Amino acid sequence: MNRFLIVAASLVSLLALVGSAGAQGTLRVGMTASDIPYSGGQPDNGFEGFRFVGYQIYEPLIAWDLTRSDRPAPLVPGLAESWEVRKAEPTKWVFKLRRNVKFHDGSPFTADAVVFTWESIKKKDAPHFDTYGSAQVSPRLASLKAVKKLDDSTVEIETNTPTSFVPYQVCYLMIVSPVQWQKVKDWRKFAEQPSGTGPFRLTKLVPRERLELEAFKDYWNPNRRPKVDKVVFLPMPEPTTRLAALRSGQVDWIEVPPPDAIPQLKAAGFQIVMNTYPHNWTHTLRLDKEPWNNKLVRKAANYAIDRVGICKSLLNDTCAPASGITYKGHPWFGNPKEKYEYNPAKAKELLRQAGFDGVSKRPAKAVHLISTSGSGQMLPLPMNELVQKNLKEVGIDIDLQPVEWNALTQRFRVGFTGENAGMNAWNISFNFQEPWSAFGRFFYSKSVVPVSLNTMPYINPEVDKLLDEAAQTFDIGRQNEILAKLHEIVVDDAPWIFIVHDLNPRALSSKVKGFVPPQSWFVDLTSVSVGK
Amino acid sequence: MWAYVGRRLLLAIPTLVGASIIVFAMVHLAPGDPMSAVMPVDASQADIEAARRAYGFDQPLPVQYFRWLVRVVQGDLGKSIATRRPVLQDVYDALKNSLVLALSASLLSFGIGIGLGLLAAFRQGRVLDKLMSAVAIVGVSVPHYWAGIILIIFFSVQLNWLPAMGASAEGGAVEYLRHMALPTIALALIPLGVLTRVVRSAALDILAQEFVLALRAKGLGRAAVFAHVVKNAAPQILTVLGLQFGFQLGGSVLVETVFSWPGTGYLMNLAIFQRDLPVLQGVILVLATFFVLLNLAVDLMQTLVDPRIARH
Repeated sequence: MNRFLIVAASLVSLLALVGSAGAQGTLRVGMTASDIPYSGGQPDNGFEGFRFVGYQIYEPLIAWDLTRSDRPAPLVPGLAESWEVRKAEPTKWVFKLRRNVKFHDGSPFTADAVVFTWESIKKKDAPHFDTYGSAQVSPRLASLKAVKKLDDSTVEIETNTPTSFVPYQVCYLMIVSPVQWQKVKDWRKFAEQPSGTGPFRLTKLVPRERLELEAFKDYWNPNRRPKVDKVVFLPMPEPTTRLAALRSGQVDWIEVPPPDAIPQLKAAGFQIVMNTYPHNWTHTLRLDKEPWNNKLVRKAANYAIDRVGICKSLLNDTCAPASGITYKGHPWFGNPKEKYEYNPAKAKELLRQAGFDGVSKRPAKAVHLISTSGSGQMLPLPMNELVQKNLKEVGIDIDLQPVEWNALTQRFRVGFTGENAGMNAWNISFNFQEPWSAFGRFFYSKSVVPVSLNTMPYINPEVDKLLDEAAQTFDIGRQNEILAKLHEIVVDDAPWIFIVHDLNPRALSSKVKGFVPPQSWFVDLTSVSVGK
Repeated sequence: MWAYVGRRLLLAIPTLVGASIIVFAMVHLAPGDPMSAVMPVDASQADIEAARRAYGFDQPLPVQYFRWLVRVVQGDLGKSIATRRPVLQDVYDALKNSLVLALSASLLSFGIGIGLGLLAAFRQGRVLDKLMSAVAIVGVSVPHYWAGIILIIFFSVQLNWLPAMGASAEGGAVEYLRHMALPTIALALIPLGVLTRVVRSAALDILAQEFVLALRAKGLGRAAVFAHVVKNAAPQILTVLGLQFGFQLGGSVLVETVFSWPGTGYLMNLAIFQRDLPVLQGVILVLATFFVLLNLAVDLMQTLVDPRIARH
């Protein structure tokens, strides 16, 4: 037995001794995704796919400025140098394209590439139609109708109706190389040997295991030339696996470390990077049925939640209390009348006014569908248990029904019908990256399911009018004012229980320098360097 | 013998068809939808329906099953929804990694388990026997995913000796071995416990038989008696070895997930959460086939070891 132990220990030690450290100039990232996001152009895996694959290999005509952390990331010229709407025909936008830009395969970027990309997701009978890519990006391009080449460096994009939200949609369309596709003539092969114009080019793809990118030497933008030679992305859906990989030096950067590990990570010299960004963890309420059809009850629920307690006790300050869809300081926040803070006395009073006088008599009852995990869902089970406890304390009895994430999103899209008929709310986190995802898909009367995601349904002619007005307002400053007014109305109507905003925590090795956490779901990896 | 093998192989066909029906029904009846899983949360129900039509998931289940079965018979397991690679390729890559892990864990657990079990049997009632039994109980009782996490904390995080996750794509054989070490140990724990107990019990049964007394009475040495005991216990042990190897190959979902080891268990876990039905169906069918063949191989090996167990 002793001999066995000695042999086993020696073997382990031997294997340990021959280990190698990570290469210099290489950034290794542990993603939360369970798979390598689709690299054939229009990425999957939600915004993490855009963050680590889409915006690194490819570029859209209009990009996000991710270089600052003190403001929500604005839109800036990407592959288009400028754009404007035709005043006489406001359904048509003209984009002047950047010249002297090369794809990773060496071919030049021209208007043909924009048309080719458009056809790959919209023209079903085209040989280069990409069924999967189309499914990923089409929901984000709802207003766009056609793309036409005017000359080699000019394209015209036509919309279904006049809308100023076009730039917020164009920024999701990744431009792919037609020359490279012609070489491989298959989107799966293209995903293995993709060609975009982004600052990184793909060098190795092992499905479900790793993605390796290297700096693209001929990248057109001198201000965004990558500082690292190579970036390796590793899918690690398990938080404990990510944590162990970081602590054992297998990766330099992990997304979403477990909140309870943050003090230890800080003590061990790791950097914890956080910032506000357009994320909302909320309960979306059903407005056509008791108890949430009563605005007073909805407001009571919003005053009953101890948001600071959730962030401090459960999440180690990796979230911020939410008192609206957006956060204070965001251009769309405005000045809502209701300032939702933890005030159980006020909640009880509102419930009494609504006819629910508290715990002893006629408690308000509801069934809420929640998930056990999921993208952006943070720690759904303990967080929801705290929400349930807070609501119970003021006299609102909610029954939590946990389901698996995929089942929840599927049921959510259908709305409160069929097997969801007995439900009163769902807990799904959302982004409010741009006006449509913040307001249009949830609070517009024309977005009622199955058209879009207004499941409640929330119908408010005033909000409809403001949304229409914002969509017709091409001046961003004025548009922001309109959206802020809209936000004030929605907050005061309380169709959601606003709970917290995630702060997007990341844990980085002390070797990682130069990362700027933007107020965005996306990141700029070109500024990052990895020291010794 | 060959007629027996032929009959068993023929019997495997309805077994696998039955397994495929159960697998197909289970993965399709489980809550969640393949397109819903891969589409952005922003996608509306209308978008999802359009994608379902494009992928043929709007067809009735029997139609989908029949189409799938026709392809499978032709050696085509379809394409992954998530990666669009041929499922056969995905399963092949994953099976290689799982086989390596299952073989290494089997070598470790079978070698140690058989040794400890025989040692315990020949030292029945003594301290060594009790110690071996305790080791066996620990092996059987400790959840291997928990053991995996503890191994990671100790060897990867605290000592920083071995990698915590993945199978190295670079660095050659040594790096691959380093990545294998911890999952191998975690996966070996349960079979080690099972084997120790089974071997001890089988050896004790044989030791209690009269022929062993006769052998000893004839003056045979300890080594010769030992050899007779091992030979007589072998068929029973072989059955357990076969089952344990099958379990390690198909049942390593938790260990592979904890270590992000890219084998069939990890692939299945991903496919479940991604609702990648073609991959899920393909992996389970391949593993079921493997299990059926493994059982046949074990039966035949039993015959070779003990001719009294004739196969007709």
